[in-house]
Amino acid sequence: MARAAVLGRLSWRVGTVIELRDETPTARTIVLDVPGWPGHAAGQHVDLRLTAPDGYSTERSYSIASAPDGDRLELTVEPIPDGEVSPYLAGVLASGDQLELRGPVGGWFVWRPGTADPVFLVAGGSGLVPLMAMIRARELTGDESPFRLVYSVRDPASILYADELRRRARDDRGLDVTCAYTRMAPPGSPRPAGRIDASLLIAAGWPPDRRPAVFVCGPTGFVEAAANLLVDIGHDPRRVKTERFGSTGGSP
Amino acid sequence: MSQLPLDGNALAGPLSEVFSVDVTSAIGECAHCRRRGPMAETVVYASAPGLVARCPNCEAVVLRLVRDSGRAWLDLRGLICLQLAIPPDPEAEPANGT
Repeated sequence: MARAAVLGRLSWRVGTVIELRDETPTARTIVLDVPGWPGHAAGQHVDLRLTAPDGYSTERSYSIASAPDGDRLELTVEPIPDGEVSPYLAGVLASGDQLELRGPVGGWFVWRPGTADPVFLVAGGSGLVPLMAMIRARELTGDESPFRLVYSVRDPASILYADELRRRARDDRGLDVTCAYTRMAPPGSPRPAGRIDASLLIAAGWPPDRRPAVFVCGPTGFVEAAANLLVDIGHDPRRVKTERFGSTGGSP
Repeated sequence: MSQLPLDGNALAGPLSEVFSVDVTSAIGECAHCRRRGPMAETVVYASAPGLVARCPNCEAVVLRLVRDSGRAWLDLRGLICLQLAIPPDPEAEPANGT
């Protein structure tokens, strides 16, 4: 049984943008200072509430990208074409602006250190964000669970946290990273561009008899396809946790 | 609004206004097909007024949540049972069996 966090009844709090970082030509990371932030588990998200001058207000969920770090919180936003909120967050929001947020929320799509189970992360596009929080939390806590990441991404320019992933793949002991390109693979890539398939998940993941904890995150179509492939190659459906983005934007 | 459904992970924030424990990891039993599974695995439509969660097996509605200023309506008739993990109360005295 997963440990349940005592949330209390959550209310909205205000965070201040202290830094903005471009991750790719379109995606950027918003670094927030949230006084009194209670901390979070890797994989949890926050709800943001934006209110227009005329009083119209709307909410969206964004995964937390950072490992717990005091009052500091990082979100990475990939703008959805024609989206109502994400183009504002990824393009207009400026340092010093304030955002209303509620969280951390979600207790199911969460990795906690200390289980020692192998972990298999499968990301489609910006579905990498909560999985990156897990990779960062693993290193921060000195956890030795072996991690393997398969990251399906359009092309090399679309890779989030590219430098950090390269560094971690080299320096974080027990972390393997495999990028799979859907539109354009770099020269010399061992695998031609294309969608993920069973052979890739077998070669770059854990065998089902190691009973890995599996986390799949990405757009709805990607998650359904990947989860079906994982069950087809023998993974226990109860060990495969999924989180879907509802949008059609940013297909990996 | 998004065209494709979300999943039950998206219930976490809205239901945190109502429940004091996380509902996405709670095990729900569908009143229609009797499937038991984490609420995170439900299929959630956010484009209706409020939120509608459907069973991933039989597509029956298992939960509806509508909020208005200062009020919430929660319809759980599609669930026979919701099994929630209750964390131990750190304030509680140890159980004193006789």
